[in-house]
Amino acid sequence: MKYLLRALKAYRLQSFLAPLLKMAEATFDLLVPMVVAAIVNRGINTGDTSYVWRMGGLLLLMALVGLGFAVTAQYFAARAAIGSASSLRAQLFRHIQRLGWGEADTLGTSTLITRMTSDVNQVQSGVNMFLRLLLRSPFVVIGAFVCAFLIDAKISLIFAAAILGMALIVGTIMVITAPRYRRIQGQLDQVTGATRENLSGVRVIRAFGMEDRETERFHSLNSILARHQRQVGRISALMNPLTLVVVNLGVIFVLQAGARAVDEGPLLSGEIIALVNYMNQILVELVKMAQTIVTLSRALASLKRMEQVLDTEPQMAFPEEGALPDATAPAVVFDHVSICYPDAGAESLTDISFRVKSGQTVGVIGSTGSGKSSLVHLIPRFYDATDGKVSLFGHPATEYSRVSLREMTGIVPQRAQLFAGTIRSNLLWGNEDADETALWAALKAAQAADFVRERPLGLNDPVEQGGRNLSGGQRQRLTIARALVRKPAILILDDSASALDYATDAALRKALRSLDWPVTVFIVSQRTASIRHADLILVLDDGRLVGSGTHEELLQTCPVYREIHESQYQKGDARA
Amino acid sequence: MKKKQRESLPPVWPEVLRRIRPHAGWVTLSLFCALVSSVGLLLVPIYCGEAVDAMLGGKGSVDFDVVSRMAVAIGTVTALCALAQWVLSACNNRVAFLVSQEIRDEAIRKIQRLPLSWLDTHPVGDLVSRVIADVETLSDGLLLGFAQFFTGIVTIIGTLVMMFRLSPPVTLAVAVLTPLSMLVAGFIAKRSAKWFHQQSAVRGEETAYINEMIDGQRVVQAFGREAASQADFDEVNDRLAEASLKATFFSSLVNPSTRLVNNLVYAAVAVAGALLAIGRSDAMSVGSLSAFLAYASQYAKPFNEISGVVTELQNAFACARRTFGLLEVQDQVPDAPDALDSLEAKGAIRLWDVSFRYVPERPLIEDFSLEVRPGQRIAIVGPTGCGKTTLINLLMRFYDVNAGEIAVDGHETRTLTRHALRVNWGMVLQDTWLRAGTIRENIAFGKPDATEEEIIAAAKAADIHSFIRRLPQGYDTVITEAGEGISQGQKQLLCIARVMLCLPPMLILDEATSSIDTRTEIRIQAAFKRMMEGRTSFIVAHRLSTIREADVILVMRDGHIVEQGSHESLMAQDGFYAKLYNSQFAA
Repeated sequence: MKYLLRALKAYRLQSFLAPLLKMAEATFDLLVPMVVAAIVNRGINTGDTSYVWRMGGLLLLMALVGLGFAVTAQYFAARAAIGSASSLRAQLFRHIQRLGWGEADTLGTSTLITRMTSDVNQVQSGVNMFLRLLLRSPFVVIGAFVCAFLIDAKISLIFAAAILGMALIVGTIMVITAPRYRRIQGQLDQVTGATRENLSGVRVIRAFGMEDRETERFHSLNSILARHQRQVGRISALMNPLTLVVVNLGVIFVLQAGARAVDEGPLLSGEIIALVNYMNQILVELVKMAQTIVTLSRALASLKRMEQVLDTEPQMAFPEEGALPDATAPAVVFDHVSICYPDAGAESLTDISFRVKSGQTVGVIGSTGSGKSSLVHLIPRFYDATDGKVSLFGHPATEYSRVSLREMTGIVPQRAQLFAGTIRSNLLWGNEDADETALWAALKAAQAADFVRERPLGLNDPVEQGGRNLSGGQRQRLTIARALVRKPAILILDDSASALDYATDAALRKALRSLDWPVTVFIVSQRTASIRHADLILVLDDGRLVGSGTHEELLQTCPVYREIHESQYQKGDARA
Repeated sequence: MKKKQRESLPPVWPEVLRRIRPHAGWVTLSLFCALVSSVGLLLVPIYCGEAVDAMLGGKGSVDFDVVSRMAVAIGTVTALCALAQWVLSACNNRVAFLVSQEIRDEAIRKIQRLPLSWLDTHPVGDLVSRVIADVETLSDGLLLGFAQFFTGIVTIIGTLVMMFRLSPPVTLAVAVLTPLSMLVAGFIAKRSAKWFHQQSAVRGEETAYINEMIDGQRVVQAFGREAASQADFDEVNDRLAEASLKATFFSSLVNPSTRLVNNLVYAAVAVAGALLAIGRSDAMSVGSLSAFLAYASQYAKPFNEISGVVTELQNAFACARRTFGLLEVQDQVPDAPDALDSLEAKGAIRLWDVSFRYVPERPLIEDFSLEVRPGQRIAIVGPTGCGKTTLINLLMRFYDVNAGEIAVDGHETRTLTRHALRVNWGMVLQDTWLRAGTIRENIAFGKPDATEEEIIAAAKAADIHSFIRRLPQGYDTVITEAGEGISQGQKQLLCIARVMLCLPPMLILDEATSSIDTRTEIRIQAAFKRMMEGRTSFIVAHRLSTIREADVILVMRDGHIVEQGSHESLMAQDGFYAKLYNSQFAA
């Protein structure tokens, strides 16, 4: 609730005025039966035609003024609801972006998307309804009670009982349905997930001939959703009939008690009409309120889910004013570094120490799952070491601001991911201010210049979402160019040439050696050929550093490295 | 409102009705209950009026008998109405949720039958929202529609009838004023429809952006683009807020405006009724006036509701159109009626003059012929974009050839069902798709009834068993959507284990080991070799060490085979292959 309240603060005036104006409008509604009672008691009973006309005019005036209030109130309510929902959405987006890699993955992509879209929409209509109706309804209900009290104190007790009974019913139904609505949203996440899987995994599903089983699986998730929805629907459906029962019981008692009161003298028949009118007004308001409450239960469930995201605090803190890199210090130093991911059984890296001078090229090699990616992810501080210290240019990585850390490093991830836009807009991610020459230089070094030139619009050729209109190799080369545009002091290639053929890979490595700025390069690779000319090669095996040195040294001293090398260049091959 | 849509598109509602028809029984029950509850609710003011009339005599002359009779009547009617209302809601719930469940199930069945050429060109996020969000809006619309549309109409007619019975002249005043309310509501609905349309368009745009940015969050963070993407997001978000504000505000005008009309009617009734009562007390009793006023205040409510329903239905039908659009896409060419539905292939494959293009104007594979004997290992090499992956799409019959034919064991593939063909293939792609679920479920994906031993044996063969064992939950470890904690290479190993478990007679490995280190790969190759003894395999790889041992290496370039032979013979030819092979040693 605190996030919503904070978001509403910017719309303090609107959130305050909207219900107030609604109440003003409601006041006129409450006065109407009084006027009608006056018409009956004074107009009809005395036959005063001009009085009837005057009161009719008053009713008209009240209706017009009421309209003015209502329209203004609707506008304020819409403003406050949409404004706060919109700022909540922006806040969620900002927050999700700040979440660490681990945290976002734990929550999951599809639920994050549902929460930013469908859940925020639910909250928006909830707030709108709340401002418009939920204050108006109790006001009318209580107001009707007060008016009844003014007419006849004893009969107004019936009103009190009816209102109390309703409050009880509404409260109970809300308490019962709220957790069920949350469960429905959760189940909806599952159905969404299953739909995504059926689409993204379509090739595998068809290859294994599993279409029927997947359909069946979806069907069972989907039926559970529908069953939950029907269950909660049946409970919510009690609201209207119960309201009707309570109110009409009220009417019956009012008639009975009223009959006695009229018979004994103090009550006039016009007043009975007013009392029944008030009871009916209560009914109308309660029915509206019941509908509002269903919307509100859903909105509350959604709000909880949103808050859960906002409450997930990023683990990592960056100093605002970071240290300044010392160009003369070693580029990267690992000092007894270990890392253990949350929920993982064992450490992914154990006691790693090495030192890299600025301008050196470092190769990282090791078997699948040996910790190569974990090692390079520590350099731009995507994760923090659980033990030991990672230093860059003379300062621990934790002392740099987020911005300077990201500017210092350029990473080409394993998964070549591009964004909708143009080739140019994707490259500019590396550096907003890069000019035409810089972009082409980066493309050339990344071995992408040729194919970009061949695109109909060159740099301005469109890139579809996820880069679907490019081949795997083309995407990979563009992600390399994107990192190069940044001219980072530390460039990290995380096995990012896997989709390139050997000739292109070799040309890429050659180009990387002749970049025109001082750069320290980390190359993660499966192939010894890709790293054999590195100044330093780190050999990882099961999270431990089992060898470091040059290609020649390692062939002599490191059996793991020798084995990897020989598996690629079989013994006796003249070229090994 | 409907007119504009009709110009370009056929209306959606017949399609919606067709889907509701199987539930006609429930709908009828719901309509019956609506009738009961509306009529019942109309009776209550009459009873109240009679009770009030019984008190008119004032002090000492109240007819208690009538009052209590009316009280009983009100009680009975209320009980009936309440029951009818509950049954009505329950029926509506049932129909709305079942219809949306059926539409979703149908959508998934449809997805299984859609041609890949269609799926490959439509973004997943958009299709997901058609199956999930759009169907949800439709079911909300149906719920509201049923609940209020019919009840509303019955109530309006019923009220008019009742009022007419009480006093024709006053009813006339009401009847003249009502169309006003409809006019106002219609005017506003037309205006707001435009903004609703814009709202959903911008909302779609924003969802697509959110999808992309959350998916690419790691890259966003790595490049410090948080501020820039926030700015882009804010821009769309502001536009959405503006469109939403207009849509919400304009549509919310309906209520107060119709209430104004309602209040006017109320005032008119009060004045007209009072004047009548003054003139001739037999024309209008005070009790009837009270009933009349109750009707007048009830009367406008259904108008409000119906106009609300119209807005809601506009929105619901717009969404339904998107979902039905998916359901109406042409299926893939169905399997021939006489197609062979099971085949135990030996693995002889023949491609004859095969031609294929994704887009008619860009030729890709032309006059491609190839003969593979059972048990042969075929490696395909060539630069990016030469058609390797396309060849696999054709072998698996994800796409159909434009010309020529492909035969397995002498059966032209189109004479087999797709299922019969595909279960004979095992496929591991570079794009590792795993489902959100346990590791066990993932390995047993192709053979859900596999025993624990079989699963472990497959994992061992894929060299991933010891890694799985070290995980805290072992084979029960849940892989999330993003597959965190598992590297790309380990994912490939799991995909390999998945295929190892099924052991099909023919195998396709499309860059299946690209993220696996060479030592592991050699062990896996050995395991494959053992298991694939006498089985046919196709291997696509960049890493030439992977393919050196193939029986036949096909060197592809621009959709054609340019060279063909064993590693040794190709090296001896000193052609394109030799150049590719040597380039890996260039520093």
